[in-house]
Formats: sequence, C-alpha cells, structure tokens
Amino acid sequence: MEALFFNVENGYLEAIVRGFKSGILTSNHYLNLTQCETLEDLKLQLASTDYGNFLQNEPSPIATTTIAEKAREKLVAEFNYIRANAVKPLATFLDYITYAYMIDNVILLITGTLHERDTNDLLERCHPLGMFDTIAALCVATNVQELYSTVLVDSPLAPYFEKCLSAHDLDEMNIEIIRNTLYKAYLEDFYNYCQMLGSPTSEVMGEILQFEADRRVINITINSFNTELSKDDRAKLYPTCGKLYPDGTAKLSKSDDIDQVRMVVETDAQYRQFFDLPVGAERSLEDKFFEYEVFLNKKSFLRQFHFGVFYSYLKLREQEIRNIVWIAECIAQHQKERINNYIPIF
Amino acid sequence: MSSYYASKTAFLFYLAGIFALIVFLDLVFTGNGVQFDVGRFLTDTSPYMWALLGVGFTIGLSVVGAAWGIFITGTSLIGAAVKAPRIRTKNLISIIFCEVVAIYGLIMAIVFSSKLNDAELADGEVWPKSAYFSGYALFWSGLTVGVANLCCGVAVGITGSTCAIADAADPQLFVKVLVIEIFGSIIGLFGLIIGLLMTSKVREFDTK
Repeated sequence: MEALFFNVENGYLEAIVRGFKSGILTSNHYLNLTQCETLEDLKLQLASTDYGNFLQNEPSPIATTTIAEKAREKLVAEFNYIRANAVKPLATFLDYITYAYMIDNVILLITGTLHERDTNDLLERCHPLGMFDTIAALCVATNVQELYSTVLVDSPLAPYFEKCLSAHDLDEMNIEIIRNTLYKAYLEDFYNYCQMLGSPTSEVMGEILQFEADRRVINITINSFNTELSKDDRAKLYPTCGKLYPDGTAKLSKSDDIDQVRMVVETDAQYRQFFDLPVGAERSLEDKFFEYEVFLNKKSFLRQFHFGVFYSYLKLREQEIRNIVWIAECIAQHQKERINNYIPIF
Repeated sequence: MSSYYASKTAFLFYLAGIFALIVFLDLVFTGNGVQFDVGRFLTDTSPYMWALLGVGFTIGLSVVGAAWGIFITGTSLIGAAVKAPRIRTKNLISIIFCEVVAIYGLIMAIVFSSKLNDAELADGEVWPKSAYFSGYALFWSGLTVGVANLCCGVAVGITGSTCAIADAADPQLFVKVLVIEIFGSIIGLFGLIIGLLMTSKVREFDTK
C-alpha cells in the first residue's frame, strides 16, 4: 500500500539517493587506495571516483584532516540538497537525523563556553549537519542558568532537555552523562516517530534504531566498569527502544564484568557474534558493531518506498569517510600493516 | 499512524451512514416504508443511465489507472536518470505500458458507446427486457474494464519504478524486471476481453 502514494512526494528523492549510493566506493576502489604510497597517490585515485576533484584546491602537502573535512563537506552538500527538496514527513525525518549532530554540537558549545574558549573556534569545530539558526546564541551565555534558558528556548533540542535535565543538572552532572541522557531521549523519540510512519519505514528504521540502542547499552555498560558511575545512574542512560529492553537492560545494569555482559547478550541470536572474539583478534568489538551497522544499512536498500534509504545512505557514507581517513592515516604514518582494517561496504 | 477507525475519512463515512440511517428510519416510522423499493428503483431508472455510466467508468477509471502508473514510474525515472542518464530512453517503455492501459479503456469506451442508439419510448410504455439487459451489460462491462485497467495501471507503474531504479544500479536487470511488468500489463487485457464478451450479445435499444 505504501507504493501507491510514496512516489508523489518522495519518488524523485529516493531515486536520487539511490543514485548517490551507486557512487559509494567498492572493494576494488579500496584495493587501489590501499596500494597508494603517498597521499598524492590517494588524491589521484579518489579523483577517478565519485569524489572527483574535491581536493584540487588544497595546497600540497595534504593533511589527512583536510581529506576528512572535504569529504564531509561533499556529504553535507548532498544531504542539504535532499533536505531542501523534501516535504513533510520526509523533511521531519531528515530533521530527526540532524538532531544527533545537534546534540554533539550543543555539548561541544556548552563545554567550550563554560571553559571560556574562543567562540569562533568552537563554531568552526561544530558539525555542519547539526547547525541551527540560533546556535551562536549558546556562545553568548555567561553562566549555566542563562545557557539552560537559551538552549531551552532556541534550539530544536528543547524537548529532550525538558524531559530529563534541569539547570541544576547542567551544572552538576558530568558532561558525558548529559550527552548520553539527551541522546537517549532523542533515540526514543526518533524510534517512536518511525513507528508512527508505518510500514515499511517502521520496519527498516526500527531494526536499525534498535541495534543503535542496544549498541549504546552495551557500550555504556562496558565503559562504566571501574568508574564511579553507579549502577542506577547507568540504568538511567540506557535507551529503551532496543531488543535488550527490558530484561537485558535490567541484567546489564547489574553486571560487573565483561563475562556477565557476554552472557546477557548471547541470548539474542544476532548479537552473539559480537562476542565471538578469539584471543588476539584484529577486529575489536567496536569494529564488529560497525560491520553489523553496515550490514543493516545495506539491507535497507533492498526495499523500496521507505525513508530508511536516506538514513542508511548517510551512515554508509560516514563509514566510507572513516575508511578513507583510516587508509590515509596509515599511508601518512607509514604503518601499512593494519591498513586493511577498514570496514568494507560494497 | 492513528487507527483507520478514527481517521478523518472514516468520520465522513460515519456521517453518511448516520444520514442514511435517519432517512431510512424516517421512512419506516412515517408509514412510508414501502417507498424503499429496490425493484421499483431498478425498473424505473432508464437503462440509458446504466449504459452511459458504464461507458463513463470505462474511460474514467482506465485513465486514472494509467495516470497513477505514469506518475509512480515517472518520478523514479527522473530521479534515477540524474546519476545514470543512459536509462532515460529505455525506461520510457514502462511509461508506454501504462499509457497502453488508457488506450484499452478508450477503445472499449468507443466500442460500448457504438452499441447505444437513441430510441424513444412512447408514453405509458415500458422498456422491453432486451433493453434492460443492454443497460446492465454495458454498466457492468464498463466497471469490469475500468477497474481491471485501474489495477493494471497501478501495477505496471510500481513495477516500472522499480525497473528504472534497478536499471540505474545494474543494466542487466532491466530486461528481467521488464518481464514482470509485461505480466502485470496482461491484467488489463483480461479486463478488455471479458468486457467484449459481456457486451457481444447486446442489441441496440428497441422499443418493441
């Protein structure tokens, strides 16, 4: 039934995104890239792909940070094109995707402002997809109370702040806890929105966001071992839209070491593979999470007439940028033993 | 999404249903229940109304199906051709398959309307049975052809959209998905055949 009316408003954009996706680097491209000796070679190899001459105006010698920046600029241009042509509900969906970056930017600005860093410097370090009109207002605030009222009034993140934090909390809490609380609220909101859109978007995005939630649960658990984060506080940071909720998260909030985590996670068939790490393996848990994320995002392209392709395209391109930066770093530092540790996409 | 039972279109249906119920109860309670007479309605309405409604449905619903299919395919084709311009001309076949559905409807509408003639009924006379048959046959044939073409147009449109996107990704897929589309367009042909069969015995309206 979704096929009857989806194309009225979103057919063109879906086909555009699929066109973009066909330009994502394949394993052949990566083979060529890993065999480059210098960053100039890399630049030449990238010129024959969809990236084209994106580095041509950079003075040599090129730094890896420049490559990352320019690649990200290209991605942001593509995303902004799609966002400009979108109408509701696709426009709302794309806005939800940008809220994740907004959270990062807001946290960056809050930390920077409270430590009295330079405003322009901070604004430059913000992620372009997470910019909103009144973000500069955050830099003007001088104390926490003002910061809180500015954030609440001016930003699209206001509902997430309202739900979980007060001005008092902003002062007291560790900034990472604030970030995780905001992200939890955002993820649950996004998940509910996708469920409201109906099949097949709800199925595709539901799976992807459930994995995202479970991944955060596992990461928060593992990272909080041997820190002063109490078990109750830890449980408050777990997003509730994942497959591990409620039984898995209840057990994970009580666990003390990685073996208990492994036991809880192994109850789910697909998550078992994350902990199948032989001793001294090259792939870490983080890498396995990335691989599974790429797998889910690739799967979303197998269905038509849903919004998941937009989200998946963004995530796959980000993974591609991470891969290119990894390869560039290996080349620049002459450490080519681990150059093949990128995550292959296509 | 809120459940269908509470949506805005559902409320319109509820209103219409309540109105119909009020009219019905009014007739029954004022002793006029006998006015609700399906038989009288069927014999009193002229067979011309049925016949011409049939012709209208044929062309109307077919064109809706064709247009629906074309817009579904067309938007995907435009988007996919940005990155892969080579697909432009080949995928016009999908649009043509949708258009053919409208042509089926047009042909059938012409065939049906050619079976109509302007017979005049004198005062006090009733139509002979053959006239009623002609009217009903044309009505239901028209509906058959129209709905079959509507579904066919939509099916071909959705498959055509997938065909354009698949062709842009991998050129070998084009012919394979086109075969699926051809199967979809046969549905319209089925409707056409049945419509022709049903109206083959229709005689012109005759007052005898």
